[in-house]
Amino acid sequence: MKKKILMRGNDAVAEAVIRAGCRHYYGYPITPQNEIPEYLAQKFPELGGTFVQAESEIAAACMVLGSSAAGVRTMTSTSSPGMTLKLEAISYMSGARLPCVIVNVMRGGPGLGNIAGSQSDYFQATKGGAHGDYQSIVLAPENVQEFADQTMLAFDLSDKYRVVAMVLGDGYLGQMSEPVVLPDPVQSVPKKPWALTGKKGRDQQVLASLRLLPDALGNHNIDLQNLYAEITKAEVRFDSYMTEDADYLIVAYGTCARVSRTAIKALRNSGIKVGLFRPITLWPFPSAQIGELAKKVKKILTIEMCMGQMVQDVRLSVGCKTEVDLYGVAGGVIPDVDKIVERIKSYE
Amino acid sequence: MHKEMIIAGFGGQGVLVAGKIACIAAMTEGKHVSHIPSYGAEMRGGTAHCGVVISDEPVSSPVVVNPDICMVFSTPSLNKFEPRLKKGGILIYNTSLIKEKPKRDDIVAIAIDANDISLKHGSKNGMNMAMLGALVKKVPEIAKLDSLKAALDEGMTERNKKHNPTNATIMTDAYNLIS
Repeated sequence: MKKKILMRGNDAVAEAVIRAGCRHYYGYPITPQNEIPEYLAQKFPELGGTFVQAESEIAAACMVLGSSAAGVRTMTSTSSPGMTLKLEAISYMSGARLPCVIVNVMRGGPGLGNIAGSQSDYFQATKGGAHGDYQSIVLAPENVQEFADQTMLAFDLSDKYRVVAMVLGDGYLGQMSEPVVLPDPVQSVPKKPWALTGKKGRDQQVLASLRLLPDALGNHNIDLQNLYAEITKAEVRFDSYMTEDADYLIVAYGTCARVSRTAIKALRNSGIKVGLFRPITLWPFPSAQIGELAKKVKKILTIEMCMGQMVQDVRLSVGCKTEVDLYGVAGGVIPDVDKIVERIKSYE
Repeated sequence: MHKEMIIAGFGGQGVLVAGKIACIAAMTEGKHVSHIPSYGAEMRGGTAHCGVVISDEPVSSPVVVNPDICMVFSTPSLNKFEPRLKKGGILIYNTSLIKEKPKRDDIVAIAIDANDISLKHGSKNGMNMAMLGALVKKVPEIAKLDSLKAALDEGMTERNKKHNPTNATIMTDAYNLIS
């Protein structure tokens, strides 16, 4: 068995970036994700990588765009207010089919909000965020191990489909240290024949989001939708815990899923059968799986570190099959186990 | 076994390192652990603290609000965290720097001259190690003294590893001094 080491979430992400074969990082500092660029700034020089602390988030995201067009694995990391600034480049990359990985260590909003962990960027991450009909793959870790593993996975998915892949953590996951078994380094990174490498010996290649003719842009959008349908079919990921005999179902991701597990144990000890469904991909969202579970339970409680965003996707998945309740917290606190227990008990 | 702990002191007293060493020691004994620092607008000379959870079960929330154990290195930390300790909780406080007495009578207060123990072994910076020695003596479920000493290899930065033998001695001395 490989050795477990104690590692901070942000450091584990940065190490996973290196192990995924990424050598091009562009960023701009923001708490609570600063350990990611700090780690890479230290390690990249000896690995022959490129680390740039740009003049702004917008510049950093555009540098990622350029690097991606040149065919290398590239990424940026940020936290919520910085994510907003990076959206322009994300829309352009999605339009031009340029892969990249973005790690958003969410903090509280709106605006500058605060620096504590939050989940209030769910809409921004999963519903586009920027302009145009596009989707990014969104992965949601619940512990440091998954934060590292999903960072590796994000590179693979992003390259496979040529879309932006985001790892959506939060300030708690970024700052906390936990035992982690680091993933093995990749042996090689995928070849990208579409990349702009100089046209000597081949035909000209163009990577652009601009398509002035209605037909060209229309067909491009249809292609994108077909791609998103393919991703939805193949890449839905989720986890479930004690759902087999559950009368009540909690739907929660990331940090909220951790506290839900503790609440479920306490509830089961007092004879109330509760289970947890945890979306791992927030896009594509595991709608069908939640819809199936909805047929079997009396009520669903969605728990979020925001005032209720994922709950809308849960309601769409459930339709009229059962009632969906929300327990949302804001301001940078983690949902309270006792309050979860109390809420579920109130359904009895 | 499930223990939630807050370690608090001035920035620079080794608060975060102490939490990390305790976590590594417990982790090597197969326990679930988490460590989270207070982060953000911290300043030199201000208070720093970290939350540590050590459990037989996977850790749900890493944030510690009302700890079972509190280790305080300085007077402001005592004042801030003593009220948050659970009833019957353990307070380990550094009497080298803290001249006040804990106020509560529903907790177990353990006094230790942590800076003096460190200085006795020729180190100005080993106070946190003395606190850890006292911790595992009073709360043996966290980790064995040997695991704590072994954790120095993984937990200390390269530049500080040369102090590991001294730090291990300080841990042992504090462990033996606490009854």
